[in-house]
Amino acid sequence: MIREYKTIEEVAGPLMLVKQVDGVKYDELGEIELPNGDVRRCRVLEVNGRNVLVQLFESSAGLNLAESKVRFLGHGVELGVSPNMLGRVFNGMGEPIDGGAKLIPEKSLDINGTPINPAARFYPSEFIQTGISTIDGLNTLVRGQKLPIFSGSGLPHANLAAQIARQAKVRGKDEKFAVVFAAVGITFEEADFFISDFKKTGAIDRTVLFINLASDAAIERISTPRMALTAAEYLAFECDMHVLVIITDITNYAEALREVSAARKEVPGRRGYPGYLYTDLATMYERAGRKMGSEGSITMIPILTMPEDDKTHPIPDLTGYITEGQIILSRDMYRKGYLPPVDVLPSLSRLKDKGIGEGKTREDHAGTMNQLFSSYARGKEAKELMVVLGEAALTPMDRLYAKFADAFEEKYINQGFNENRTIEETLDLGWELLSILPKSEMKRIKPEMVEKYWKK
Amino acid sequence: MIEGKILKVSGPLVIAEGMREANMFDVVRVGEKRLIGEIIEMHGDRASIQVYEETAGIGRGDKVVSTGAPLSVELGPGLITNIYDGIQRPLEAMREKCGANITKGIDEPALDRTKRWHFVPALKFGDTVEAGDVYGTVQETEVLVHKIMVPPGKKGTVVDLREGEYRITDRIGKIKLEDGTIEEITLMQKWPVRVSRPYAQKLPPVEPMISGQRVIDALFPIAKGGTACVPGPFGSGKTVVQHQLAKWSDVDLVVYIGCGERGNEMTDVLREFPELQDPRTGKSLMMRTVLIANTSDMPVAAREASIYTGITIAEYYRDMGYSVAVIADSTSRWAEALREMSGRLEEMPGEEGYPAYLTSRLAQFYERAGKVICLGSDGREGALSAIGAVSPQGGDISEPVTQATLRIVKVFWGLDASLAYRRHFPAINWLNSYSLYRDRLSDWFRDNVSKSWMDNTARLLKTLQIENDLQEIVKLVGVDALSAEDRMTLELAQSIREDFLQQNAFEDTDSFTELDKQNALIELIFSFGDKANKAIATGADIQSVSELPVRERIGRAKAIPYESYKTEYAKIDAEITEQLDALTAKAAADADFI
Repeated sequence: MIREYKTIEEVAGPLMLVKQVDGVKYDELGEIELPNGDVRRCRVLEVNGRNVLVQLFESSAGLNLAESKVRFLGHGVELGVSPNMLGRVFNGMGEPIDGGAKLIPEKSLDINGTPINPAARFYPSEFIQTGISTIDGLNTLVRGQKLPIFSGSGLPHANLAAQIARQAKVRGKDEKFAVVFAAVGITFEEADFFISDFKKTGAIDRTVLFINLASDAAIERISTPRMALTAAEYLAFECDMHVLVIITDITNYAEALREVSAARKEVPGRRGYPGYLYTDLATMYERAGRKMGSEGSITMIPILTMPEDDKTHPIPDLTGYITEGQIILSRDMYRKGYLPPVDVLPSLSRLKDKGIGEGKTREDHAGTMNQLFSSYARGKEAKELMVVLGEAALTPMDRLYAKFADAFEEKYINQGFNENRTIEETLDLGWELLSILPKSEMKRIKPEMVEKYWKK
Repeated sequence: MIEGKILKVSGPLVIAEGMREANMFDVVRVGEKRLIGEIIEMHGDRASIQVYEETAGIGRGDKVVSTGAPLSVELGPGLITNIYDGIQRPLEAMREKCGANITKGIDEPALDRTKRWHFVPALKFGDTVEAGDVYGTVQETEVLVHKIMVPPGKKGTVVDLREGEYRITDRIGKIKLEDGTIEEITLMQKWPVRVSRPYAQKLPPVEPMISGQRVIDALFPIAKGGTACVPGPFGSGKTVVQHQLAKWSDVDLVVYIGCGERGNEMTDVLREFPELQDPRTGKSLMMRTVLIANTSDMPVAAREASIYTGITIAEYYRDMGYSVAVIADSTSRWAEALREMSGRLEEMPGEEGYPAYLTSRLAQFYERAGKVICLGSDGREGALSAIGAVSPQGGDISEPVTQATLRIVKVFWGLDASLAYRRHFPAINWLNSYSLYRDRLSDWFRDNVSKSWMDNTARLLKTLQIENDLQEIVKLVGVDALSAEDRMTLELAQSIREDFLQQNAFEDTDSFTELDKQNALIELIFSFGDKANKAIATGADIQSVSELPVRERIGRAKAIPYESYKTEYAKIDAEITEQLDALTAKAAADADFI
């Protein structure tokens, strides 16, 4: 039985206190009916005796303590899902905003999901070719991985994400593929960039969009990524599709979370973010993966802008501890005009080792990858030294390394947003660049491989 | 049966009234779904309960029932090769029962009730027994014999004990206790996780836990029964170091606790370990592994319990006289779980919001490690080593969890992001890491590896330290300003870093290195250094020395298989002499020419 209450006692920021309530459960969804007939949604944050603290999902403007009514619906926040979601646009609360017909859901799913049993996961090991050398060659993406892009304000992370969505494929296979895109508090222009890119390439028909723009209620941002992930889980694990989830921008999400936490007067952790930020982010990120009993997979690319390009800021920091690597964009590289401006050395894909090698990419992949990394690192060090002391102070070997580093940035990293390289092209380019150095420096590559692939 | 009603729900914290009779730390079942929780505070008849499962759907007035017992683990045959969640529910069995996702309120016993084990008695009718004595044994896995022991606190006479095939709850025999009562014996016993299992006496650790990881064994060794921590920012290879230790350490059993970490990492262990071969027994590594998984998407309260669940299982095997390693990844997530509960209990926060009791809780955990004489009349010795990863925010080790850990543990393997960027793995920084066991273990190394081991490894550290000083100069004035001798030291240090310290965990021949091969490799590198120094003294030019072809051979020496390393290293050493002699001769000839 659903009862209505007119006992709203307090409204402060995103929080509301309702008194003399019976039978309400923790995390239950509620509806607030305003005097003018508007309906807004809220969620139970705390049950304390007969008092209930709820968090609003929309703005509190127009709420009236005397006249507004609250009803609790007896279930958590849910999303109606169906295969017809593909090609549709929804707002942050899962309602269609593309002017199309209302979705007839096959079923309703709780947006919080449930933890995946680690004993039921499959370890991600299928190589995804993104056509981008710095990712395929050095920080290989595999199916079921969560690989965030750490960016900064004004860097072209959107172009990179769109390029991945456009070019990503598992080689030699033709499988059902879908993109779920969640815009969390980004500007109209940024969202429009993605939508028109999806339209241009025809990807829009296999894309589900959840849009919460900067102008929408900040508090809605807490549910937007979860809506998107619920849709992704349905498509992946019940419709057996391979889903690429792009969430941008996680920083806006974390700020909405901080707002709620501050309103509750919780003891803050670093920089005012709540102590449970790690757990909260993890419950989203960990929904990526592959699991038994289903053909599909969720590969996740969350994008976040690092405040002040600071990697130790809590949002990138905690994200890095949960995700399986990170692609970091660098302002220096962008200024030099290298696109995509990937900062190769601190970027990392933790799952690469299982996705590369013979039968997956090519036998020489692991060795050349390590060799390119360490040679580039040494080359950059040599260049730094050169800035301080001049070229003459370098040993002849260091000069070669410096030359290698320049060529590497110019050719390997700087491929632009439209070039789609196969993994063989990427690997061959790697060998070509390595041939700047003497053969005896190839210490990270097995001698047999050097013999076979060394460019004369 | 004590039954209360819920007053308040706030995330994993539930407050119930009508609980005056309940005991602190009793396990309770909450709500209709019978979620598992634990009483952590009492105020009058109100009990604060931390619930180990997601509390969505719980409300005021729901029932809370006390089980009257503290949070305990089941100990008996069947633990090994299994994977459990933070409160010892078997994940594999849960998957079979309810699918790929973890649903709420599942009740599944930790140990398989249907499997039969072959029990062989070691005692006979009329034998007197005391706590810790071994009734008999069960072959638990191919490599491990499970000893069925008299539980702590019991003493009496065996009145019945029979060989046979038993399920773990079946009666295998009876003992008559001192007070005349008859007690039935089963293969299984229970133990509360927050209480450490008793032992007869603690001993100082004097034997190294050999990991096969060169930077650890040679520079910063850990003792069997010792404690270590691995702090590092994300991406510096904490998890790979932990996995390597779990794979290759020379212990009888590994308890691997994935505490608030990635689900895929646990899956990796679960899928990879059965395929890997233990270099000592030749059998699958899974035969000596117990996994505890509280992944980061699982409820946070169970994270707090997972560490205790893991170490209690480890103590149980230690009591059988085995050497056990507990590897916890990561203790920071455990500390965060403490912080979250503390915040919900509205306690006064300490540093960075962590509760004031963080240090003492951490100390209690690590203090459960050690080398001990076990209970029981045979005086067997067991060891429990504890290794914890720490994930400091922003890689800043001045944060409270790292600092509290460092005050307790004896070994510090500091991971360094800048090494990781250069793909120097394991990225253990040799300048700030330390091991307080080095001296205590020196006798063992002298007797069991080589007399030269301690001197060699000390020289490694010293050379690396000198390199660091020289690098400061190079950064200011360039490498040309250094003397030939100093430049040779730099070459030698580079060789140590690249040819000895770097180790590829994903390369079969390099993933594990035996101690004698490690020593031989050090000696090979120093042999080059010493001979090159002589050559330079007699006129050879540093540039040509550093470009000798033999250096590539030294660079690949670490990957030479154990069976052939002696002959191969001798060959390389001969090449070193030959090529340096040729250089010296050429230098002499040039000098004559001028």
